[in-house]
Amino acid sequence: MNTHNPLWRFAGMRPAAWFFFIFLYLPIVVLVVLSFNGGQSATLWGGFSLKWYSVVANDAEVVRAAKNSLIVATLATLISTSLATLAALGMRGRAFRGQTLMSGVLGLPLLVPEIVTAVSTLMFFSFINLKLSLFTILIAHVVFCIPFAYLPIRARLEGMNPYLLEAAADLYASPWKAFWKVTFPLLSPGIISGAMLAFIISMDDFVITYFVAGAGATTLPVYIFSSIRMGISPKINAISSIILVISIAFVALSYYVGQRKR
Amino acid sequence: MTTPRLIAERRQLGRRLLLSAPAMLTLLVFMLLPLGIMFVVSILQSGDYGGVKWGEYSFEAYRNFFYERDLDDTLVFNTDYLEIFQRSFWLSILTTAGCLLIGFPTALYLALQTERKRNLLLFLVTVPFWTNLLVRAYAWMLLLRNGGLVDEGLQGLGITDTGLGLLYTNNAVIIGLLYTYLPFMVLPIYTSLEKMDWRLVEAAFDLGANRFHALKRIIVPLAMPGIVAGSILVFIPSLGNYIIPELLGGGKTLMIGNLIQLQFGSSHNWPLGAALSFALLSFVLLAMLVYSVRFKPGNAGGHP
Repeated sequence: MNTHNPLWRFAGMRPAAWFFFIFLYLPIVVLVVLSFNGGQSATLWGGFSLKWYSVVANDAEVVRAAKNSLIVATLATLISTSLATLAALGMRGRAFRGQTLMSGVLGLPLLVPEIVTAVSTLMFFSFINLKLSLFTILIAHVVFCIPFAYLPIRARLEGMNPYLLEAAADLYASPWKAFWKVTFPLLSPGIISGAMLAFIISMDDFVITYFVAGAGATTLPVYIFSSIRMGISPKINAISSIILVISIAFVALSYYVGQRKR
Repeated sequence: MTTPRLIAERRQLGRRLLLSAPAMLTLLVFMLLPLGIMFVVSILQSGDYGGVKWGEYSFEAYRNFFYERDLDDTLVFNTDYLEIFQRSFWLSILTTAGCLLIGFPTALYLALQTERKRNLLLFLVTVPFWTNLLVRAYAWMLLLRNGGLVDEGLQGLGITDTGLGLLYTNNAVIIGLLYTYLPFMVLPIYTSLEKMDWRLVEAAFDLGANRFHALKRIIVPLAMPGIVAGSILVFIPSLGNYIIPELLGGGKTLMIGNLIQLQFGSSHNWPLGAALSFALLSFVLLAMLVYSVRFKPGNAGGHP
């Protein structure tokens, strides 16, 4: 398509796109810049300084919340990615009856509004008399991480050449050996990118965690929320910037891994 | 008719089901079952001090949407909740319209770029989705507060001379919702534009159509599945959004999500919270059902 043809320049298209990207990134940039503020105010610039980062690093409550977040996200990622990988392998191949329904169930956490998942999970734990703790957070996180881990793995499997497995069988590889020698190496970029997405989603979740977190089981987003409730502060700017940069780094990495060896 | 082939096939199917079983069971027990319990709670009596009275059924929670009980036990029409529903729908409709207004031209712009530039821009569209919404809503608090950067910027440009007092208003909530869901509008529209046969537009130009007509007669109709999908992806989640009204509305501009949260917090009315959640969920499922019936995959033109 000849995009240099002036006929293709629709009025307002370029300004809208500019507005879109500025609107999308301005708050993020402003937040990160303000996190390096040396003054006492959250919004008035008082010179460059890393002061608030050292305040954050020395705050025992923040460090504990960060540890909780890391523990939950790591475990939720390991569990949900394993479950999702097995499910993706099970869904591969000729369609069977009920498969559409099963894919629907796997995608359910994406469809149900977060607040609904949050309150229904809370009521469920209350119904089975399970005390709210880090463990209940973990269960909830595994559930909503499954589709995020599943979709990239499934996409990778679908793009795989089925003749490779036949070739392996022709060369007398057992199904088990064929899996580890052929399927798994080809699938691993999908698994890695799925695991990374699950990790980010778990690290970032606030709404569901907020409902199923017991006393003392504070994660970083829950901590941030309760601090914001008390008013904006340069300390929140610093914690928020750390979270943002970690997420963006992970997404960029996951994107890179997914693009490689296509 | 148990031929060896059939047995082998059955065994393979069994193996595949076994592989899917752990994930399926996890979702059945920790997602579907809780949704079922939520429905049961919505038709239970509320407990005196929070929680519910198991085994005592009542439709009180659903009646609560419209009526409240007076002291002498008569039902009185109550518009408090209706107002919140109305506000939720209205703010979500405005958000969807705003997303469409900015999102469609942006998607068109993306679709007309060279492949390399397009991939980079698409990546930039998706990045915010993976970053913490709480943190990004907080960033908007910094921008919108009295004497914040939006105020300062507008005053610096001489557009306004006093603070706008944007934070904790409906406008702040709409800005926040727009910001949250814009990518959800751009991506589906872009996807349908990308699949489009652009030679149709060229043909329209060759036949003397101007840009407006090409847009109206060719591009918009062919992008319709994306426009509808995008509108659903924006409208539905913004209806139930909790974080944005909580932080940018300052607890004054309640939406359905906040109302649900309140029932599990200070109001201690679990059945009402469950009933509201169930109503929200039914609405979402209904919208998805209508969408999947009307825009089946393969029905790309969007004509039923």
